[in-house]
Amino acid sequence: MTIDMNFVVAGEAGQGVQLAGFLLAKVLARGGYHVFADQDYESRVRGGHNFFRVRVKDSRVGAIAEPVDVLIAFNKESVSLHKNVVTGVIIFNGKKIKDTGGDSLFIVPLERLAGDKLMSNTVALGVALGLVEYDFEIVAKVLREHFGTGDVSQNNIKAARAGYEYSRREYKGKISRLLSPSSQEERLLLTGNEAISLGAIAVGCKFMAAYPMTPVSSIMEYLAAKSKDFDLVMVHAEDEIAAINMGIGAAYAGVRAMTATSGSGFCLMVEGLGLAGITETPLVVVEGQRPGPAVGLPTRTEQGDLQFVLHAHHGEFPRAVLAPATVEDAFWITVKAFNLAEKYQLPVIILTDQHLASSYTTVDRIDLSKVTIDRGLLFSGGEAEQLEYKRHRITETGISPRAFPGQSKALVMTDADEHDEAGHLIEDAGMRTAQVQKRLRKLFSLKKEIDPPKLYGPKKAETTLIGWGSTFGAIHEAVDILRKEGASVNMLHLNELWPFQAEAVADVIGRSHHSYVIENNATGQLAKLIRAETGKEVSGRILKYDGRPFSPAYIAEAVRKECC
Amino acid sequence: MVTIADYVGLEPAWCPGCGNFGILKALNRALIELEIEPHQLLLVSGIGQAGKLPHYSRGNIFNSLHGRPVPPAIGAKIANPELVVVAVSGDGDAYGEGGNHLLHAMRRNHDITYLVHNNQVYGLTKGQTSPTSDLGFVTKTTPYGASPPINPIALAIAGGATFIARGFAGDIDHLAELIKGGIQHRGFALIDILQPCVSFNHKNTYSWYRERVYKLGEDYDPGNQPGALEKAQEWGDRIPLGVIYRVTRPTFEEQIPALKKGPLVSQELELAKVERLLDEFR
Repeated sequence: MTIDMNFVVAGEAGQGVQLAGFLLAKVLARGGYHVFADQDYESRVRGGHNFFRVRVKDSRVGAIAEPVDVLIAFNKESVSLHKNVVTGVIIFNGKKIKDTGGDSLFIVPLERLAGDKLMSNTVALGVALGLVEYDFEIVAKVLREHFGTGDVSQNNIKAARAGYEYSRREYKGKISRLLSPSSQEERLLLTGNEAISLGAIAVGCKFMAAYPMTPVSSIMEYLAAKSKDFDLVMVHAEDEIAAINMGIGAAYAGVRAMTATSGSGFCLMVEGLGLAGITETPLVVVEGQRPGPAVGLPTRTEQGDLQFVLHAHHGEFPRAVLAPATVEDAFWITVKAFNLAEKYQLPVIILTDQHLASSYTTVDRIDLSKVTIDRGLLFSGGEAEQLEYKRHRITETGISPRAFPGQSKALVMTDADEHDEAGHLIEDAGMRTAQVQKRLRKLFSLKKEIDPPKLYGPKKAETTLIGWGSTFGAIHEAVDILRKEGASVNMLHLNELWPFQAEAVADVIGRSHHSYVIENNATGQLAKLIRAETGKEVSGRILKYDGRPFSPAYIAEAVRKECC
Repeated sequence: MVTIADYVGLEPAWCPGCGNFGILKALNRALIELEIEPHQLLLVSGIGQAGKLPHYSRGNIFNSLHGRPVPPAIGAKIANPELVVVAVSGDGDAYGEGGNHLLHAMRRNHDITYLVHNNQVYGLTKGQTSPTSDLGFVTKTTPYGASPPINPIALAIAGGATFIARGFAGDIDHLAELIKGGIQHRGFALIDILQPCVSFNHKNTYSWYRERVYKLGEDYDPGNQPGALEKAQEWGDRIPLGVIYRVTRPTFEEQIPALKKGPLVSQELELAKVERLLDEFR
């Protein structure tokens, strides 16, 4: 029997929902299962309603599912908010509850079993894993690794064991689906942000400046935590304007640099983006989308910034926009972003979102031997030539060899004003035209480095579902659901968005009867891009802009309504 | 030997008689006397007439956006602390558009020297009020007179800058000494430079300044913060020139572990260490 189970841990902020959910995901991953876990939280430190969903399968998983097999509810509100989707059982922390789910409601004295209110979340973890008769040794091992060797670790293991044993004793046989960990495969459990952070370190990022903002702050924190070991610098800047400009300064001086922000922070960075454009400074900008405009829904997800990042800044200059599809992709896209930035000497935007940024996925161990570092064309002239060095020399490809200030006698000069080849500001019409053309020329070779969109399912289908970025897993599974029902459906997914692969997209749309974009926004921004770049109009738009991610079932149902 | 020939840049496009000429001369003299070669120097500027200065001297140049010379200067200094980094701004650039960057750069004590050409008026945009225009100064954008000005010296003392000086574009010898002091100082050095604007400021002229400025003498102690704050209030009939406040405090760069092994720009990556990072996510 195939395994596909869904656990939800729910409660208010401050009750340990996040930690219990994370540890559950970790324990299941360690048992050889595939895990996908996402977080739903409010913009507050205490109170409110938060939940952490952990989906576990015995095959690859890249999306959430709605029916809940085990709900761990730390308060009454969690029961009433989730009970409609519970098909299994509810573990409720408390004494009495009016609003019961009948036989499926298990009232567990978590606090009493914990002996300490602080550890009720660990007890709940034990209860949930006891229900499915999981191997407790794995639970103990993960807790030991997480909490270290001291008393805290021992107490948490004790608390989990109390929950586990209570559950085995009281609820034996109450749940039909059991999990028996088997393989010891070396999978990693990563969030999108962790994958981006690891990618940046692996490809030699040496400098980051940023200003904290959901959903990207954990990238800053991770790089800061590793800065000593990896000889890199993370500056918590005074604002996003400073952050991007510090990054540009560091990159100009010769190190790989990045910044990260959300859409509203990126609004402030737009000025700096163009500075990187005209000074041809390589810079990687992570833009973690959340619902806007302005503050919007700060802790939730959206894909509302595609058209924004494509056009951000006045004037015209080349840029690349990459939107990771999965956690694993986030690592490799980041590696590619740094290489493209230096090779083509331009800003590269990694367009992610809250859903990908904070969702955990199990991925196969990353093969670091596949990481290449391509620093692009570097200047290595002789003494005489160095005195003539021109940072913005006009070349056939538009790429001028870079030199770094202070590393040789060559003077490296550049300007936010339009400039001549040497980097001095100018007013001359001819040189202005030549410099604009030189910069835009880089797009020709850059475009060749962009991977074609991914096609999943039959090459030719009646219906094509088109998505970009973090919706990959949900659309992928929706295609599986629909095909099982006999529908002729495939999927076209874009993760490298700009320069746009117009021919490849037009080709796939041309082969299907219906094509639908599936986007976490209100206006179908990819549909507009497709129309602008290919002249083709998609048949319809399946859109969601409530701040919550798509589930495969939601997409499948929308497609059925639209076309079948 | 470094000579003036090393620092001959492009022909300046400033108005004849502009105070910027004096500042350019003083900067070049300071660089020559400190025997800094152009390739060891990074000049970062913003936008405004002052922002053009790097092109008229020589060195590595990053002419950035209006109000933004300080952040890229910081980024470059961290990437390569061996560079001598001098940022150049006007009063609008430094105290208006770039105010927040200045505040935090002072607090963090980055090891850069910041020259602010303070002519108390906007020159490039042709004569509007500036954050340092005198109270009541009438311009096209302040027909009823300007609001009270920022006091850059007092602001810098309160803000944590570790070398704070005021110079005058009409006294090149004295200004060159201040710039030398700023460059040699370890930490954030702010040099506010009184600079007549011959086109748009007909109040604060060369003669207006000359009648008022005086140099701080041997008896003045720049290490005394309350005294410096008091001195910073002096403006009007008498305007003090010189190092107004100086203190030693660890720089931002000195406190970064990664820089102890040398500049980031010359460090290599060990992939084996990254492999160990992956283990933390098992």
